[in-house]
Amino acid sequence: MKNSKALSAVKDKVQKMSDTSLLLTITIVVFVLMYLGAIIFEGEGFLKAQTFLDILNNNSALLIVSCGMSLVMITGGIDISVGGVVALTSMSCAVVLDLKNGSIFEAILVALFIGLAFGVVQGYLVAYLGIQPFIVTLAGMFFARGMTTIVHAKPFNVVHEGLNKLKDSRIVIPGLGYTNKHGKYIDAKIEIGVVVALVVVFVMFILLRWTKKGRHFYAVGGNRQSALMLGVNVKRTVFLSHVVCGLLAGIAGFVFFLHVGSGSPSHAQGMEMNAIASSIIGGTMLTGGVGNIIGTLFGVLSLCTIQNIVASAGLDDAWWIGITIAAMLCLFLVIQSVVMKVRKKMTKS
Amino acid sequence: MEENKTPEINPEEKKVVQAPSKPAKSLDWKAIFGKMLHSQMLIPVVAMLALLIFNLVNDPSFFAIKYGPNSVGDNVFTGNLITIFDKGAELAILAIGMTLVTAACGGQDISVGATIAIAGSAILRVVRGSEISPDTLQNPLILGFLVGCLAVIACGAFNGILVAYFKIQPMVATLILFTAGRSIAAWINQNQLPNIKDPTFGYYGGFIPGVPIATPIIISIICFIVIALVLRFTTLGLYAQSVGINEQSSRLNGINPTLIKFITFVILGICVAVCGLIKVSRISTINYSSVAKDIEMDAILAVALGGNALGGGKFSIKASVLGAYVIQLLTTTLYTKKVNSAAISAYKAIVVIILVVISAPVVRELFAKLKVKLSKKMARAGKKVA
Repeated sequence: MKNSKALSAVKDKVQKMSDTSLLLTITIVVFVLMYLGAIIFEGEGFLKAQTFLDILNNNSALLIVSCGMSLVMITGGIDISVGGVVALTSMSCAVVLDLKNGSIFEAILVALFIGLAFGVVQGYLVAYLGIQPFIVTLAGMFFARGMTTIVHAKPFNVVHEGLNKLKDSRIVIPGLGYTNKHGKYIDAKIEIGVVVALVVVFVMFILLRWTKKGRHFYAVGGNRQSALMLGVNVKRTVFLSHVVCGLLAGIAGFVFFLHVGSGSPSHAQGMEMNAIASSIIGGTMLTGGVGNIIGTLFGVLSLCTIQNIVASAGLDDAWWIGITIAAMLCLFLVIQSVVMKVRKKMTKS
Repeated sequence: MEENKTPEINPEEKKVVQAPSKPAKSLDWKAIFGKMLHSQMLIPVVAMLALLIFNLVNDPSFFAIKYGPNSVGDNVFTGNLITIFDKGAELAILAIGMTLVTAACGGQDISVGATIAIAGSAILRVVRGSEISPDTLQNPLILGFLVGCLAVIACGAFNGILVAYFKIQPMVATLILFTAGRSIAAWINQNQLPNIKDPTFGYYGGFIPGVPIATPIIISIICFIVIALVLRFTTLGLYAQSVGINEQSSRLNGINPTLIKFITFVILGICVAVCGLIKVSRISTINYSSVAKDIEMDAILAVALGGNALGGGKFSIKASVLGAYVIQLLTTTLYTKKVNSAAISAYKAIVVIILVVISAPVVRELFAKLKVKLSKKMARAGKKVA
């Protein structure tokens, strides 16, 4: 009988949790299990801190974009233009630095401006003209992708002294390094982009968790009508969500550019779908009102860890990555759907 | 299908409605115009007319249709207009299925591009037999088509189960096959690129000897007829619409929403199989990462341009198909203007935004208010004159 008591205690706890934290718990548990599995089955490579940090290094732009995506999804919308905006921003930065001989500061301004412009226009169309976000941002994606080729048609590497310095600078994290085969100690390093991404995650988390404005996003996503009744400016909230998402896409574009150091129309291909996938894995629901930025962080980490596992398992044929990501997505969606169904039944009875 | 009710309006009413509009000679035309102004077809028709007029003013030779021998030596029709119907066939066929899915589920299937790759790959896998690039068909094409059909219907069923039984939003559910589809397609053929040299394989994306019209056009017309018959003689359309508008009340009225949603996904699967056949037949081979790329976005655009509510409910397949041809017309127009193929999407986006903004409810209301104001002013002016 002890067992059933424990079970009922768990049941009680689960019932008291909000949807958001329940989904967040699932995400974190699955991520930890997956990482442990990777350490056990794929060897000690995953035990090194650097392996984990490299996941962050390679995907800081995706992390930033996913934060914006989560915000829009929490508000009940969607933004599929982000991949295109990232490509356009990195191409524009490349052109500014290389062909126009601009400074890094100018490049950052350009990146922020492009992101903000996309956010404002799309936000206006969605919030104030009442057009479906999918169509608006779809057009945004087409526009951004097209503009990228118009800005510069061919991919090219940027030669710029200041950029190279910034690109190659690493931040050493003490105590996480490892000793390699030759007995040499190698520091654990992260790129500047990771710092930016973590700051974005932190700020967004604070914003969504503890500010009045942040709670408005949840209210609008959960139920527009009742949010309106409670005196929330629904249109402005929706508008703001798109503006922030666009701005973050601009920042992500610069971070992405900093990571690759080149401009190309085919950059960030499919990033919007990866961002949506990691938001969903992180427990954000496309229906709105449910989601958590920490969940998104773990969503991105899960998505990228599984890619690493597939690659290190020797299944580096490109098709395996697509299939495993899809399988994981499927698993999460079904778990989410089943858990929510069970919970509904539990609360009813 | 709703637009066919024109004869029911009595002639006096027509005159009242039609008084301010353009002068039309026969009464029938007036009726059609009046109906048009309030119908879903308005946006796609206006867009198409605008594009056609643009082409007419800019370069009348756009409309030239030639009849002469093609590269193989058959006498066929060629010209920009033919190209639009030829190249737009896949999109138009997809628009049929996408409209039904949108209407019933209130969401869109974004995996169609990837599943087209699966269908094409499966067809090639059967047809090529054990060789990679056979000179003749190793298995009958109909067998290949059936296998491809089964494969994508299975994909459709998978999506349908996730959407209908697990109640996952369509866009999220189909995101799974969107990521995995092209990988699966590559896996079916072990990442090899089969190349079928048999000329009969190319008939379905090119020309059948002796028939002067490109086969994709014929296939798409057959599809339209079939779907029109299905909607005319079954209750599918009505049920899909009612499920989309209110799932709960349609259940209470004895409709099984789960089944209806599932069926729409299966129908979309069949449409995808047909598109897959056309796609691989066009080039006799397949490129897993680029075949039918972004076609899902175009198909959704076609549905949106057709004035269908993307949140489900009322739908018109005619309008969607017209929307699909508008997109193709725009693309062809831009090609004739020598626009870089990668930059076309930017122009497409601008046109789409203009169209959607015009049809937005807020803007429509604004127009309506302006109209009322104008007519009041006119009335006042009229009184003063009198």
